[in-house]
Amino acid sequence: MRYLEDTVTLEFDATRCNGCGLCARVCPHAVFALVDKRAVLTDRGACMECGACAKNCEQEAIRVRAGVGCATGLLGSVLRRTEPTNTSCGCSEDSSDCC
Amino acid sequence: MAQETTSNCCAEGASQCACNDPGAAPATTLGRMDTPWTNGVVHTSVGDVPQVKTALGARDHLGSAKVRWDIGRSQYRVPPGLYAVGEPGADAPLLVSANYKLSFDHLRRALSGRSAWILVLDTKGVNVWCAAGKGTFGTDELVRRVESCALDQVVTHRKLVVPQLGASGVSAPEVHRRCGFRVEYGPVRAEDLPAFLDSGLKATGQMRRMNFGLWDRLALVPVELTNGGKKALLVAAGMVLLGGLSASGYSMAGVRTVGLVGAAQVLATFLFAAILGPALLPWLPGRAFSVKGALLGLAFFGGLAALGTSPGGSWLHAGAWVLLMPAIASFVVMNFTGASTFTSQSGVLREMRLAVPLQIAGAAVGLGLWLAGLFIAGGH
Repeated sequence: MRYLEDTVTLEFDATRCNGCGLCARVCPHAVFALVDKRAVLTDRGACMECGACAKNCEQEAIRVRAGVGCATGLLGSVLRRTEPTNTSCGCSEDSSDCC
Repeated sequence: MAQETTSNCCAEGASQCACNDPGAAPATTLGRMDTPWTNGVVHTSVGDVPQVKTALGARDHLGSAKVRWDIGRSQYRVPPGLYAVGEPGADAPLLVSANYKLSFDHLRRALSGRSAWILVLDTKGVNVWCAAGKGTFGTDELVRRVESCALDQVVTHRKLVVPQLGASGVSAPEVHRRCGFRVEYGPVRAEDLPAFLDSGLKATGQMRRMNFGLWDRLALVPVELTNGGKKALLVAAGMVLLGGLSASGYSMAGVRTVGLVGAAQVLATFLFAAILGPALLPWLPGRAFSVKGALLGLAFFGGLAALGTSPGGSWLHAGAWVLLMPAIASFVVMNFTGASTFTSQSGVLREMRLAVPLQIAGAAVGLGLWLAGLFIAGGH
């Protein structure tokens, strides 16, 4: 299954990569692969913007607007007038309607 | 499973419980040892660590069934801290988990017949994936627990096995810098842990992929039903009340006929979308969930019409339902984006920008036509 692809915010600067391979390991959708000890962006359109690769890249070679792709949470953040980037699946810490 | 069931750790000496929440110290720690899923203690140089069972009991199964239906979910927590599986030594693997009991249950069951340490982080009872997204399953909490549990004295190695889905909250390089432990990302699913541990902490490509098969999707239906169901019942109740309106005043006959029929159609559309949306997700046309849902709503209208149970009864009401059903179904399936495993935030924002105004317009015009049908002779 694939989702909307042309909105994806993932950017990769291959010149900064040191080949540690963490991005390829943490990605649940195989967006990165390690080829000849360098990361390669193989399937950008499959990115779900979870931010795991960028968070684990010590070289800061990866940039993505990380966030949860959850309509319920985003509607909530619009109603509460908070930034969508602060949205986390529409559930407050103690609420039960988490994804 | 070890026979050694000594008395609980906190009664003998308090210091060993230091890694548990200070706020929840002796009282809940005692409770923790009494939980149905612990069966002893393992002695270490830093104190006694509760040993957990790897077989799930009837109470565990009942608990997960309730969580699936969203009953008492916020109370379904494991006290954070260090736990032992089997008889782990200083070289046993160290696995990190969230304190959502369902995640914890999956983990301890997968470790059946093995010895390992489990470090439970305080994620406020939220699963690894959602907690990592909001940062509660994160670098800070991990480093704090590693230090408060004095893990450098419990094990001789310096490796933490963190579930891969926790990676959006944890920075492996930063954890290493701050506490000296190297993060090894484990498989997505706990059931792959034995193979991962046996291969020297190597995960295959398949273990790293997040799937979203039919059973994964269907397991989420109950929570969708309980969450969305409350809204659907409110709308249905509104239809029942409005059903009494007519040109000749308010009538209970209208409530009993048009009102109840309207309510039933709202609820039926909701159930249709909340069950078939997730079930048929890969086969519904379109990539945007709101489009998939709208088509599902149209199909429901078409199906009812084809069966001869005209959703309207009059041209005004037919017009009302041909708008209301897609609007409701589109909204319901759009809200399944949060439960899915492959939707990006930028994509959800893009589809919502177009879909939400259309859903509102569809619902408003549909409701207008439905109300008009109540007042115009022969409208229903």
